[in-house]
Amino acid sequence: MRPGPIPILQIGGVLIAAIQGELSDSVAERFQRDVLTRIESTGCAGLMLEISALELVDTYVARVLADTARMARLMGTTTVVAGMRPEIAATLVQMGYDLDGIEAALDADHGLELLRARTGGGR
Amino acid sequence: MAWSSSAPGLVGDADVERVLGTHTLPVSCEADVIVVRRAVRDLAEAHGFDVFATAAITTATSELSRNVLTHGGGGSTTIEEVEQGGRRGLRISFVDEGPGIKDIELALSGGYSTRRSLGLGLSGSRRLVDDFELQSEPGVGTRVRITKWTRYSRRSA
Repeated sequence: MRPGPIPILQIGGVLIAAIQGELSDSVAERFQRDVLTRIESTGCAGLMLEISALELVDTYVARVLADTARMARLMGTTTVVAGMRPEIAATLVQMGYDLDGIEAALDADHGLELLRARTGGGR
Repeated sequence: MAWSSSAPGLVGDADVERVLGTHTLPVSCEADVIVVRRAVRDLAEAHGFDVFATAAITTATSELSRNVLTHGGGGSTTIEEVEQGGRRGLRISFVDEGPGIKDIELALSGGYSTRRSLGLGLSGSRRLVDDFELQSEPGVGTRVRITKWTRYSRRSA
């Protein structure tokens, strides 16, 4: 079974991607490229990675999330990671990997609020 | 079955470790890594690990089986379901015949923290489990064995 690409939606001035299940290497690499391309084509200043249904974040997946946020930042877009499950937050910190420098929000609602505040109200 | 109380120093049959099941799986491509960690997740849940312990052992498995693939050039994983003193556990071995690790101390300290990090995966995995053993010999290969136990014994639950 080969999972399809992760859909990226544009809502208002924000790009939203809900990452679910397990993120494989091939899907992760494609996702990173898709996000950057969409940032360019839409001009969105905010990106939300909604991960409440993401089941596993090892150092590889954590690095994909962190790198995506850094790449987006270089293009002028602010990223928020929203909805991390408690066991994933605990596991990442225990491992010594805390996604330093990435904005986080409790859920998608808070994520949108935070992005609107950061990007000057959105459209 | 009625268990006796777990008085300190009392060594009975309940304290002898028993292996309830053994599963060996190949690690030769990325899809294998996913199969291995799903197997570990399912076994952890079946043996009563809570969500935090399940995430910890599954994530450590993901790191270490990925190491087998990317640093060891492939190998295998053996999962043992174990029981001791009424507690269930999982003991997982990751074996490869790759180049080995030259400086184990450095690797475990997270010192090899390049982007495709061996260091963070190894040192991070060690913090997620109850027991961590690493054997590695340059030119021969690497063997990592981790064990994680459920938090509470079944008899006290």
